[in-house]
Amino acid sequence: MRRYALRIVALVYLAALLGAPLTMVFWRAFEHGLGPAWAAVTSDPAKHAFLITIVITLIAVPANTLFGVVTAIAIVRHRFPGKDLVNALVDLPLALSPIVVGLAFLLLYGRGGWLEELPFQVVFALPGMVLATIFVSLPFVVREVVPVLREIGTEQEQAAATLGAGWWPRFRRVTLPAICWAVAYGVVLTTARSLGEFGAVSVVSGRIVGKTETMTLHVEERFQSFDYVGAYAASVVLAVLAIATLVAMSVFKPKEGVIHGDRS
Amino acid sequence: MTSRAETLPRRARSANPGAAIGQGVATAYLTLIVLLPLAALVWKSTAGGADAFREAVTDPQAVAALKLTIAASVAVALVNAVLGTIVAWVLVRDRFRGQSVVNAVIDLPFALPTIVAGLTLLTLYGPQGPVGIDVAFTRTAIVLALLFVTLPFVIRTVQPVLLELDRELEEAAASLGATTFQIFRRIVFPNLLPAILSGVALAFARAVGEFGAVVLISGNLPYTTEVASVYIFGRIESGAPGAAAAVSVVLLVISFAALLAIGGVRRRVTRHDAVA
Amino acid sequence: MPGRIVAALLLLCTAVTAGVAGAATRDAKVSLVAYSTPRAAYAKLIPEFQKTSAGKDVSFDQSYGGSGEQARAVLSGLKADVVALSLEPDVTTLVKAGLVAPTWKNEKYGGIVTRSVVVFAVRRGNPKRIKDWADLVKPGVQVVTPNVQTSGGAKWNVMAAYGAQLRKGKSHMQAVSYLRQLYQHVVSQDKSAREALQTFLAGRGDVMLAYENEAIFASQQGQEVPYVIPKATIRIENPIAVLKGSANRAKANAFLRFLRTPAAQRTFAQNGYRPVVASALKGFSFPVRPQLFSMKWLGGWAKVDKRFFDPNSGIVTRIQKETGRS
Repeated sequence: MRRYALRIVALVYLAALLGAPLTMVFWRAFEHGLGPAWAAVTSDPAKHAFLITIVITLIAVPANTLFGVVTAIAIVRHRFPGKDLVNALVDLPLALSPIVVGLAFLLLYGRGGWLEELPFQVVFALPGMVLATIFVSLPFVVREVVPVLREIGTEQEQAAATLGAGWWPRFRRVTLPAICWAVAYGVVLTTARSLGEFGAVSVVSGRIVGKTETMTLHVEERFQSFDYVGAYAASVVLAVLAIATLVAMSVFKPKEGVIHGDRS
Repeated sequence: MTSRAETLPRRARSANPGAAIGQGVATAYLTLIVLLPLAALVWKSTAGGADAFREAVTDPQAVAALKLTIAASVAVALVNAVLGTIVAWVLVRDRFRGQSVVNAVIDLPFALPTIVAGLTLLTLYGPQGPVGIDVAFTRTAIVLALLFVTLPFVIRTVQPVLLELDRELEEAAASLGATTFQIFRRIVFPNLLPAILSGVALAFARAVGEFGAVVLISGNLPYTTEVASVYIFGRIESGAPGAAAAVSVVLLVISFAALLAIGGVRRRVTRHDAVA
Repeated sequence: MPGRIVAALLLLCTAVTAGVAGAATRDAKVSLVAYSTPRAAYAKLIPEFQKTSAGKDVSFDQSYGGSGEQARAVLSGLKADVVALSLEPDVTTLVKAGLVAPTWKNEKYGGIVTRSVVVFAVRRGNPKRIKDWADLVKPGVQVVTPNVQTSGGAKWNVMAAYGAQLRKGKSHMQAVSYLRQLYQHVVSQDKSAREALQTFLAGRGDVMLAYENEAIFASQQGQEVPYVIPKATIRIENPIAVLKGSANRAKANAFLRFLRTPAAQRTFAQNGYRPVVASALKGFSFPVRPQLFSMKWLGGWAKVDKRFFDPNSGIVTRIQKETGRS
């Protein structure tokens, strides 16, 4: 009896908070049929927004993946001055409001900032948005790889070293395969975060039609212009990407024993 | 925690130019992407002098926004502590059809952009919602939006612990006549508490900074439904980035203080447990 | 192996970005930074301009957002050749920063490109019978208006309310007292005029202080927005200016000239704006209000902005604080 009560409480809560919104996105997008939704999503502004989002993600994800693997190894396997600071800085993006992130970039690269005079435009242009997106999606690969590195220990790497393998073959053949799944999971998380970024890019975007509007900003803009079908159609694209992310997360999820996100 | 060696022995380390490159890259990347912008933020927040800083953070509208944000985030963290544990319990200890799908959907708030979430919550639970509930432009709406974005945190920290829990203790207690409630309170809960606290900390940190989900549904009425992130955004748009930076710094300090406090409680609970 | 993938991806990104950016460098480029409401109008006007001989080889970058937000963005480095904002003070901030010449108003139309009036958007059937400013402060009436700190539209609304009181013969103190009463009825203060309209359409409030052109635009998008124009209301004037450092000044000025032609003004009128060129009014019904007044009658924006909207000592800022605390 108690079991059913708990189950109902949990499921009703999840239905109200998750299920209903998700259903709503699809409902409102296709309320007037497939045609208007398709037209909205294939309109020029929507296509450009999609392209901008993809470009930003295609830069942010590889950068953070490379950085993530390198940093995880540095944190776990080596001692160096400033290691604690690195550790703290990696976790910082998770605790910061995206508006604050955008503001920080604005203050650094905008008028009156220390890096104002650069040969190319940073804020209100693509580079600023890329940087902001990199910032907010920074921690994930690191946080996924670190526990795995700790777990597997150094025995295999040491063995390879005694057998005469240099550091690159050691990395390529011993370390990398061991962390492969963790990296994949981290990439999925990083991608999801990059695709969905809104607050930070809101501040640094400049909202230049076709140039600095991401999918998320496009959703907001369409909503503001009373084009609800357009807003929901774009949201459907993002929701489909979200569902794909969930599927990928289930596939790559680390096995039990490696606690996700826990720093114990 | 692990008995194996985490760090490489000296010999392997010194013959490793890759290590130096790695550390250099990591440090440079972090400096450029994280440290520099934050340094600019902190610097600009005090650029007008101590007086300007104080004025910016004691502005009644700012104080109201901060108070509202903290109150809403605490409320949300508490709700998550309870309901998150229940959901985790149901996902681990129960068996029903579609359970794996439900388990996967828990991460939706992480995968779905916050602006889309805010949009749909507004449509669902606003004046033209199909369910007849209208909480738009109230503080309830803020709590609702924050509940959405913080949903996965407690659930995901509690699940692994529940999975690893040894059922024998509970079964033994049951055979000795303990009620379900007593079993939960004395055996299960103390083991879950550290994980719940971790989740609560993450949820709180997430909630105080939320913008996209809240901005559409809350009405942003100064002093009533304006959260800190919206207030800061407003200050940026009014051409007062220094004031925005000052309030941002305060928000940061509050988040960190809360995280440290919760972390401290958590350590005490875990240590107490180990001793017992 | 992963290194090769990363390199390939980076190459791909660079190529795509270059392609996206490269398309722009062929023609002369004019960057238009505007407030949010005329977006649909400029979407029509820009192609019309490009069909003329003056606009033949001109390509446009367009950015739309809250008026204050856009001014701030230009100050922070957003590239702009032409700014079309909601109200003069936003252009004044650019003048003060040296980005716009102080003589921007010295031309035939005083730097104005479109006009409108402040109206009351009401519910269908106007159940609360809202006709005039006094009705806004009746018990139980909820008012929606944007936040003056971020929205140009909000400032127009407030000055309309204040000026209407003066027009009816009230004194300054009585008018300020009215503003205080009004703010006690305000239930939502969104960041921009457009967002406030969203809030109103979503069901909040009994009446919204809006631009006439916003109400018309919403109706054209299928959103029913019945509105009432009070007898005493303010003439909204939206400025447009070319930036001093613009690389394409000739083209930008040509664009401004084009926007004042009867044909372009008619396009504005189709989008709900009141044209500044009299001949474009033909065929449109924009009711003339008996007690219409302008910002000049109230003393001009420079004085009014300081007196009412100064972030520390402004009359409205203080009222917001007072009503907030109560």
